[in-house]
Amino acid sequence: MRYSALSVFLKGLSGNRDWPRAWRAPEPKPSYDVVIVGGGGHGLATAYYLAREFGITDVAVLEKGWLGSGNIGRNTTIIRSNYLLAGNNPFYEFSMKLWEGLERDFNFNAMVSQRGVLNLFHSDGQRDAYRRRGNAMRLHGVDADLLDRDGVRARVPTIDFDNARFPVKGGLLQPRGGTVRHDAVAWGYARGADARGVDVIQHCAVTGIRRGPGGLVLGVETERGFVGARKLALATAGHSSVTAAMAGLKLPIESHVLQAFVTEGLKPLVDTVVTFGAGHFYVSQSDKGGLVFGGDIDGYNSYARRGNLATVENVAEAGVAMMPSLSRLKVLRSWGGVMDMSMDGSPIIDRTPVDNLYLNAGWCYGGFKATPASGYCFAHLIATGEPHPTAAAMRLDRFARGLTIDEKGQGAQPNLH
Amino acid sequence: MASLIRCPHCGPRPREEFTVRGAVVARPAPDAPDAVWYDAVYLRDNPEGPLDEHWHHAAGCRRWLVVTRDTLTHETLAVVDAAAARGGRP
Ligand SMILES: Cc1cc2nc3c(=O)[nH]c(=O)nc-3n(C[C@H](O)[C@H](O)[C@H](O)COP(=O)(O)OP(=O)(O)OC[C@H]3O[C@@H](n4cnc5c(N)ncnc54)[C@H](O)[C@@H]3O)c2cc1C
Ligand SMILES: [Zn+2]
Repeated sequence: MRYSALSVFLKGLSGNRDWPRAWRAPEPKPSYDVVIVGGGGHGLATAYYLAREFGITDVAVLEKGWLGSGNIGRNTTIIRSNYLLAGNNPFYEFSMKLWEGLERDFNFNAMVSQRGVLNLFHSDGQRDAYRRRGNAMRLHGVDADLLDRDGVRARVPTIDFDNARFPVKGGLLQPRGGTVRHDAVAWGYARGADARGVDVIQHCAVTGIRRGPGGLVLGVETERGFVGARKLALATAGHSSVTAAMAGLKLPIESHVLQAFVTEGLKPLVDTVVTFGAGHFYVSQSDKGGLVFGGDIDGYNSYARRGNLATVENVAEAGVAMMPSLSRLKVLRSWGGVMDMSMDGSPIIDRTPVDNLYLNAGWCYGGFKATPASGYCFAHLIATGEPHPTAAAMRLDRFARGLTIDEKGQGAQPNLH
Repeated sequence: MASLIRCPHCGPRPREEFTVRGAVVARPAPDAPDAVWYDAVYLRDNPEGPLDEHWHHAAGCRRWLVVTRDTLTHETLAVVDAAAARGGRP
């Protein structure tokens, strides 16, 4: 059914008891044109755009848990397109444009909120770097404003402007950046894909990849039996090395944990997303009032969905240095998510050496903002065999060819990206 | 675990004293083919289970260690001096 103000009103009259389920719970069919492994944001968006843009509807999404159990339901919900490099910037801006029309497009309230993303700087060198980034953004047609100290103070008065060690000298603002209700993104895409005939199958872990003559993929072994696939697409953020290994592939990826935190609910305190330029810390306020914040990854390979206390302390220190009033707040919850950290900090959307096996991986800690463009570009690749122009640099062989997309300039060291 | 690393020289020490380099990867010969170097620099097994890693006891003995750690449970299975592991002087 289509949701509308009228449908919400009418269902309200009957106590909201007879809403139909938002997507079916089908049994897996023996085979599909396209099987997507991973029912996170990217897998579901891929299915949605395959059906809506490219008319490919004989598609299954196989998810080992429930929709939203992975990183799509664990991230800090920030969206932005403030990238410097040409391989990244047009892609993330394409994603931003899709976010701007998303709710109308899939008739689901994802609470897209363009409250702005503000990156603070504390030194002249950092200001110059942000100015350069802002100029690069503007050259790509992306919005960017360099704020001075007073400009920052007017927007976020609660920051410590008298910090002797890291004085706030200004910030780079992307006004169109912001936040989105993360799990609603998964639900909206799942519902939209399901309505177009895609089978979204939960609690169906893929345990192996079956290959035929010449090495071509025939399908996947799952907890619920064999499912044939003419094309197989992996979108298993955090576990890409594990699923790729099922096809004998070794990837330029390590799995790392990123933690996030939420405080007790408050009256409005910060109405934008702020990041601390002197340490890794970022904060925004959810619509329920809790401050949502996070920092660095824990630094070593991990598949555990929990982090270590050293990082908790580190994040809290950076947070209080930026916004001393945070020290008064109680943290209600903290959690961790397992992410693919690629060797240059940028993602991979590409075919693999196996002809009918496609890979969507390496999203690091920034893949939520990419969800719409990632799904669109991956669907484009699967449907047409050609990379989408905005994702053309995100090749698997770029490391071997010396064409890495190293936004931070850290080299092949995932725990520094 | 991984909040406490058992340094063979200093005993159990908090994780904050260490920095992590990542998986232990054998360094190819300088004249090894590009493909071998590519493999060593960029490709990782990234196992869901035991992994050998280089940790540096920066705020302790300043030695490089090889820590064998389960990436799923964070349990540390073994810690040895990196030079000793290669057959050198610990
Ligand atoms: C704490 C935290 C904060 C973050 N904050 C931000 C942010 O503010 N902004 C931003 O842009 N990004 C952020 N990210 C990164 C972002 O969340 C991820 O890059 C992105 O969500 C990954 O894509 P996905 O949604 O498809 O992943 P997931 O939701 O993790 O989807 C992958 C799915 O694959 C499934 N799967 C794995 N193996 C199998 C198998 N064998 N069989 C079947 N299914 C399988 C998993 O169960 C999972 O549901 C954050 C990440 C974390 C952990
Ligand atoms: Zn020591």
